[in-house]
Amino acid sequence: MTETTAVLPYGDHSHGKLWLDTVASWITTVDHKRIGLLYIGYALVFLVIGGIEALVMRVQLSMPNNHFVTPAVFNRMFTMHGTTMVFFVGMPILFGFGNYLVPLMIGARDMAFPRLNAFSFWISAFGGLLLYFSFVGGDGLYGAGTAPDVGWFAYAPLTARIFSPGHSTDYWILGVFLSGIGSVGTALNLVVTILSLRCKGMTLGRMPLLAWIYLVTSWMVFIAIGPLTAAQIMLLLDRSLGSHFFDAQAGGSAVLWMHFFWIFGHPEVYILVLPAFGFANEIIPVFSRKAIFGYPAMVAATVGIGFISMGVWAHHMFTVGLGPAGNIFFVFATMIVSVPTGIKIFNWLATLWGGKIHFASPMLFSIGFLFQFLIAGLTGIMLSVAPFDWQLGNSYFVVAHFHYVLVGAILFMIFAAFYYWYPKMTGRMLSETLAKWHFWLFLIGFHLTFDLMHVPGVLGMPRRVYTYEADRNWGSWNMAVSIGAIIQTAGVLCFVWNMIRSYRKGKLAGADPWDAWTLEWKTSSPPPHYNFAEEPVVESRRPLWDLKHPNETDTEYE
Amino acid sequence: MSFAGILSTPTTFAIESWPMRFFHKIPFLSGGPTSIFSPQATPAHAIFGVSIFVLAITLTIFLVVAGLLAYTLVRFRHRGGDSATEPTQVYGSQQIEVLWTALPILIVLVLFLATARIINVTERARKPANALDVVVIGHQFWWEYRYPTLGIVTANELHIPASDPAAPTPTYLTMTSADVDHSFWVPKLAGKMDLIPNKVNVMWIDPSQPGLYLGQCAQYCGMAHARMLIRVYVDTPLQFAQWVANQKQLPANSASAAEGKKIFENTACINCHRVAGTAATGKFGPDLTHLASRDTIASGIVKNTPENLRMWIDDPESLKMGSMMPKMHLNEDELNAVTAYLTALK
Amino acid sequence: MSESINTIAADAEELWQLPDKGQVGMACLIVAETAIFAIFVVAYIFYLGKSLSGPTPAEVLKLPIVGTVCLLSSSLTVHFAVAALEKGKARLSTLWLAATVMLGAIFLGGTAMEWHELIYRYGLTIQTNLFGTTFYSLVGLHATHVLAGLLMLTLVLIFGIKGKLNSSHAHRLDMLSYYWHFVDAVWVVVFIVVYVVGI
Repeated sequence: MTETTAVLPYGDHSHGKLWLDTVASWITTVDHKRIGLLYIGYALVFLVIGGIEALVMRVQLSMPNNHFVTPAVFNRMFTMHGTTMVFFVGMPILFGFGNYLVPLMIGARDMAFPRLNAFSFWISAFGGLLLYFSFVGGDGLYGAGTAPDVGWFAYAPLTARIFSPGHSTDYWILGVFLSGIGSVGTALNLVVTILSLRCKGMTLGRMPLLAWIYLVTSWMVFIAIGPLTAAQIMLLLDRSLGSHFFDAQAGGSAVLWMHFFWIFGHPEVYILVLPAFGFANEIIPVFSRKAIFGYPAMVAATVGIGFISMGVWAHHMFTVGLGPAGNIFFVFATMIVSVPTGIKIFNWLATLWGGKIHFASPMLFSIGFLFQFLIAGLTGIMLSVAPFDWQLGNSYFVVAHFHYVLVGAILFMIFAAFYYWYPKMTGRMLSETLAKWHFWLFLIGFHLTFDLMHVPGVLGMPRRVYTYEADRNWGSWNMAVSIGAIIQTAGVLCFVWNMIRSYRKGKLAGADPWDAWTLEWKTSSPPPHYNFAEEPVVESRRPLWDLKHPNETDTEYE
Repeated sequence: MSFAGILSTPTTFAIESWPMRFFHKIPFLSGGPTSIFSPQATPAHAIFGVSIFVLAITLTIFLVVAGLLAYTLVRFRHRGGDSATEPTQVYGSQQIEVLWTALPILIVLVLFLATARIINVTERARKPANALDVVVIGHQFWWEYRYPTLGIVTANELHIPASDPAAPTPTYLTMTSADVDHSFWVPKLAGKMDLIPNKVNVMWIDPSQPGLYLGQCAQYCGMAHARMLIRVYVDTPLQFAQWVANQKQLPANSASAAEGKKIFENTACINCHRVAGTAATGKFGPDLTHLASRDTIASGIVKNTPENLRMWIDDPESLKMGSMMPKMHLNEDELNAVTAYLTALK
Repeated sequence: MSESINTIAADAEELWQLPDKGQVGMACLIVAETAIFAIFVVAYIFYLGKSLSGPTPAEVLKLPIVGTVCLLSSSLTVHFAVAALEKGKARLSTLWLAATVMLGAIFLGGTAMEWHELIYRYGLTIQTNLFGTTFYSLVGLHATHVLAGLLMLTLVLIFGIKGKLNSSHAHRLDMLSYYWHFVDAVWVVVFIVVYVVGI
């Protein structure tokens, strides 16, 4: 039986407090757990908004020559959907979990720089609000109040003032710029916390793999966000001061924007996927009842992915005319990154092998993740074959591929993380019944949408089209894809309802409902604001396993 | 790598090979006018060949790994009674790690070599002396085609001669953009290639079967991106010669069109459009010299009928939202006259 | 169980040394900033010789020797300021800080004068051509970072003048000096790329 520190959970001293005091305490908090929850809550709101944008697009595309929305609105939808999901859902939710979990997992009291932590959140949040203010405040050629419509990667020279008049593009630049500052701040905090605040005995080789993942991810943020920030400054200068960075008339290069953007953009997608791997590294062992297979190999693979992913960016530019030498180099680099990625899948498989697998909700979603990430990786390999990409690139095949990663792998693992850590964060379990409804509805909807979406790509349907000709044979596929989106929505609604309902009615969780092995399960659920009454001291990678199995501790295997 | 030899390289399957025939028989994958699995020219064939190879490898990997995963989940699921004991803890195995690092590296090497070969084959093919040169310039939201050796300028409907595999006469497309990024994608003929302002890209196609090949712009270029369609007419040598001859001619002066011509030349039309041999020398919009010889207007989105043409001139937004062509504010009679003039430009 | 934890704690106590928060944090910031500067340098180099018109670097640029010497010396003076504060010599440290701020200000003043001449004598602005675009943005980005550093240093200088500095602040001043050294290192790169290689 593990010890729990008997402390009052959050908010219990709020008897008699004004509602305003509670709000004020959340706004001024520097506690990593609260900031983590703020990030997560913020991301969930934008997940719903981004989801609505997706549904609008799917309705419009469900049949050829549809008139549900005008092309102007549709173009804003795909721009905002992409920008929102990457910068205002993906990044915040993953940094939110990192914020919450990392100090707890390494036995620290808080992050290294709590005020920087709060600042990073609020500036990111402001960036999102600024982006959405564009719906009201931006003005395009055709009327007042337009959101940006240049695509989430905003290729030049479409973003030049002459091709995108008004301010909608400026909202894109500034909103994303601010979120970048927040990302760098949080990444800095994570690195310093992980390197400088580990509890006694926790060498780098004994950290939970999730901490390693966030260490590598944060380093990638430093190197990848800079190019985006620089490119955005350049674009802002072009649009407001008349400079010529991407002005073809003055000898500027549209391809330069692509290079700068994708030097950011490719590491960015690994920044998004690595934390999902981190969740898998924690959840899969616990529900197989076995230690992760090959801890050192997993660390090496993570670092390898971090490095190699910096050198593959131009596989987004195979059709731009880099020349055979350039194309060949990026084919090779892209294919090589599949090696450490494959190693991870094999190690997860080996962890499951010989275990006693429990199919609780975190594990259900992890299993979905494993199958779907495998498929996503394989379609990625197809796309890495440059000539194949010359056909598949910029088509719905690519859209299917990256949604397979973002939804099928990352979002599934995020759901798993919710089911796994919600009890720690709130003290209550989520309902397993509702979880199963969520899982099966979302799984069916996901596969209906994103398996079938590959087909229009193969049949020649390009991206970012607000409608299509009836004679291309794309109509029925698109209709089925759209129906899948509605089923996914039903699944997500179950999830939201589960979270709301379980907050008050869920079974009490206790400190360690899953019989897990890392330090966050040693303290109460939710943890007191100081995390641990005494600074923990660890002797192996699974301190709670050692406590529960004093006769066969992990220390013997190090 | 000689042109005629491309089809016989090992990694490009011969047209009659069984995977090709198999794929051609799957209607939902190869049916439709723009399927990538229905190649009709060498670049598309080469890509198809390597794509089958890649699909075979990835399918095998999927079956093995997913199969193992499924098996593991069934075999090692926790069964009711024995939750008290934990299974044997296994922390890793260096040999296994080496094995499943080395094996993927080998697969990557094989895939890489196959890919590099096709890249070289397509991008470094030597241009035959009798290749046809066409300059393609992308605009928002139409395609300009110039034939420098033939002195022809046209728009939106590309005519090229069929290429006999025994004596190839491929068409080389030299491409750039006048404004933003575009991409030329006709899946049955080749992979796509981008049109970038201030940059010149080159691709080639050599379809042997005459016919009409469809495609569309594949790089988001603004509001009407979805309506920037491509029509490639692969003509028999005779048809092509006839087409060229017609395009080279100046438009005949027809009496019924005289009034429309006058209106056309005295309105802003000539600022954007060119009609050879007249005062209209605009370059911003499509060349209209032989407008009436085309099947479609507005880059392929509607049939070229007098009714559609009239509607287009009257209110371009109604046919193509985001079009750069402004409403010309002509009255009924002016509209009729101009339409009559343009429909006479055969 | 808790017994064994206490015994371990006693052993672990002596050996448990982790990297300093400030140093790691400043290193991370420097890496992130380096990434931004690298892209501007890449753009500068990529566009060398590609301007379609207007003055070229060789026609209008003069080696900013004075400014460079001042800026690089200011790295030395700030190092002395930190060393002095570590030894508790707050007054001496304040003097060195004043020298640093003055040298940095001279650098910025030199940049301002250089730009004044470029704009009014040669008509080179950020709009003129690709050289103008990349020059002003790269040098301007650097100057902005110098300004930010100067503001921070001035803040510390004011504390020093008011007699509020002591040796417990030495570590923070050291971290600020790392930033300042970084800004100087960037200048070395900018100097070489813009005024030497790019001419």
